[in-house]
Amino acid sequence: MKYLTVVAITQSLALLFFIFLFAVVLTYVFWPGNKSKFDRAARIPLDTDEAAARNRKS
Amino acid sequence: MNTKKIAWNAFSDVLAFAGSLVGLVVGLIFAIGGRDDVIMFHGWVFAAASAAAALYLFVRMIEGDGEPDETGYFDAPIRFATIATLFWGVIGFLVGDIIAWQLAFPVLNLDLPWTNFGRLRPVHTSAVVFAFGGNALIATSLYVVQRTCRARMAGRWSPWFLVWGYQLFIVLAASGYVLGVTQSKEYAEPEWYVDIWLTIIWVVYLLIFLGTMARRKEPHIYVANWFFLAFIVTVAMLHIINNAAIPVSFLGSKSYSLYTGVQDAMTQWWYGHNAVGFFLTAGFLGMMYYFVPKRAERPVYSYRLSIVHFWSLIFLYIWAGPHHLYYTALPDWAQTLGMTFSIMLWMPSWGGMINGLMTLSGAWDKLRTDPVIRMLVVSVAFYGMSTFEGPLMAVKAVNSLSHYTDWTIGHVHSGALGWVGFVSFGAIYCLVPWLWGRKGLYSLRLVEWHFWVSTLGILLYITAMWVSGILQGLMWRAYDSLGFLEYSFVESVEAMHPFYIIRATGGLLFVIGSLLMVWNVWRTIRGDASLDMEDQPRIAAAPELRELPAMTRPVPAE
Repeated sequence: MKYLTVVAITQSLALLFFIFLFAVVLTYVFWPGNKSKFDRAARIPLDTDEAAARNRKS
Repeated sequence: MNTKKIAWNAFSDVLAFAGSLVGLVVGLIFAIGGRDDVIMFHGWVFAAASAAAALYLFVRMIEGDGEPDETGYFDAPIRFATIATLFWGVIGFLVGDIIAWQLAFPVLNLDLPWTNFGRLRPVHTSAVVFAFGGNALIATSLYVVQRTCRARMAGRWSPWFLVWGYQLFIVLAASGYVLGVTQSKEYAEPEWYVDIWLTIIWVVYLLIFLGTMARRKEPHIYVANWFFLAFIVTVAMLHIINNAAIPVSFLGSKSYSLYTGVQDAMTQWWYGHNAVGFFLTAGFLGMMYYFVPKRAERPVYSYRLSIVHFWSLIFLYIWAGPHHLYYTALPDWAQTLGMTFSIMLWMPSWGGMINGLMTLSGAWDKLRTDPVIRMLVVSVAFYGMSTFEGPLMAVKAVNSLSHYTDWTIGHVHSGALGWVGFVSFGAIYCLVPWLWGRKGLYSLRLVEWHFWVSTLGILLYITAMWVSGILQGLMWRAYDSLGFLEYSFVESVEAMHPFYIIRATGGLLFVIGSLLMVWNVWRTIRGDASLDMEDQPRIAAAPELRELPAMTRPVPAE
């Protein structure tokens, strides 16, 4: 097998693999059941430290 | 404290003490048996640092711990790293400005080996990237991972080993450059023994981070932690692979790379570009995803976008390195691959920028009233600008004009000063009152001054470099009617002179801005009464001192 043939095959396979991975990410992200989880996760930086500080004081 | 905890602490004390004794022995071996002056000097430095650590640990083992606080967070090493960030930041910016003046006035090289441009430049790059940026990342990542996981940092002595060991790495690296010890790989100049030391420190960093995440009480791993983790893991991989080398002797400083020719070049720029992609981008995006929402008191614009941002960024960045090697012996397909992936990087970069900026939606008034959030937001704007410019310059035709010119330097600095610098400054202005338990910063007006002085400096810097870079590129490729080069090289050097003065002036403004910051932070840490507390937002105060929000805002719908 020629060098350039190897290059062409690996590049094509890598292209398909990357498209597949991207599709997996998009499926996970837009899966309807995950919406509430992400909404909650987005508030993690806002909700944590003050609550923890108040708990320590009380 | 239960007996298991006491036994565990005693075990870790003994382990840390033994470790510092091993360090002392290793240092003395190099100090006495070293094959050249620099490695002997570094051996003494290493031995002295190990001895100081051993002495401190010994005293602590006898006297015991002062405060047995096991409930809260472990912030003392973070406070140390925050101060180290500012310390190295000022040094790094100052050395950078000195070498900028050297370019304008070569007499400032002083005709001494230790002060010439070639030796001082790596001091500047390492000081700003690894010392300033690295300490900022260590401080913020360890702060953020504890808060977003609601867990105390893992380790008893290992966080201290991380922060002190990292400073020792910086001292060994920088003093080596000045004394002429370098493996001549850009951004990977430290020689083999310093590389091994950094590897040990970095593995400890990874273990601390993972250990803290493993303790988390919050089931979801917040997106900032994903970025920080990608930064730590990838930098470990890059560092180990690019620095693979064979020392000439076990006690000498000189080594030779395992790679040769074009493989060496490709490995180096795979490393070099991903130092930008993962050290200067992924890590600082972690910072953005915590500090922008936190300071704005709004959740990130789209959490979904942040996940797409993360995975696409890390999968694309790793392939962009070949764009540093256009029109070289690198195979053509690899050059095209590098270009393609660089252009694709536009998407995640701008997705991330939009996500950061739009977090402010509905709260844009804070840009006017809070210079800290303005710094953070302008950093994201600079991120967007330099990640637009980068793919543009990675187009082969554009690169044939821009490569080897000052345009590259301007591009790097719009990213480094504008994005990395400003996001770190913003994060530190947040962190200092939070970490030292203050109600706010000493002076918000000083932050305002810092912001404007530095912004002006950056603009002078990058505009000067755009003009001078394109001028250089055009002069180098100009032919006369007979096919001869229109200009000699030295004519292009002469043409740069005014722009080098403008650039160095811009750099000086940036240094002045950082000194204003040091003054402000120092007064805040000392606990001096704030000059303008009434102007500061409630979020400026440490969590335990914060007033409750005026009204509880509903979660904005996506």
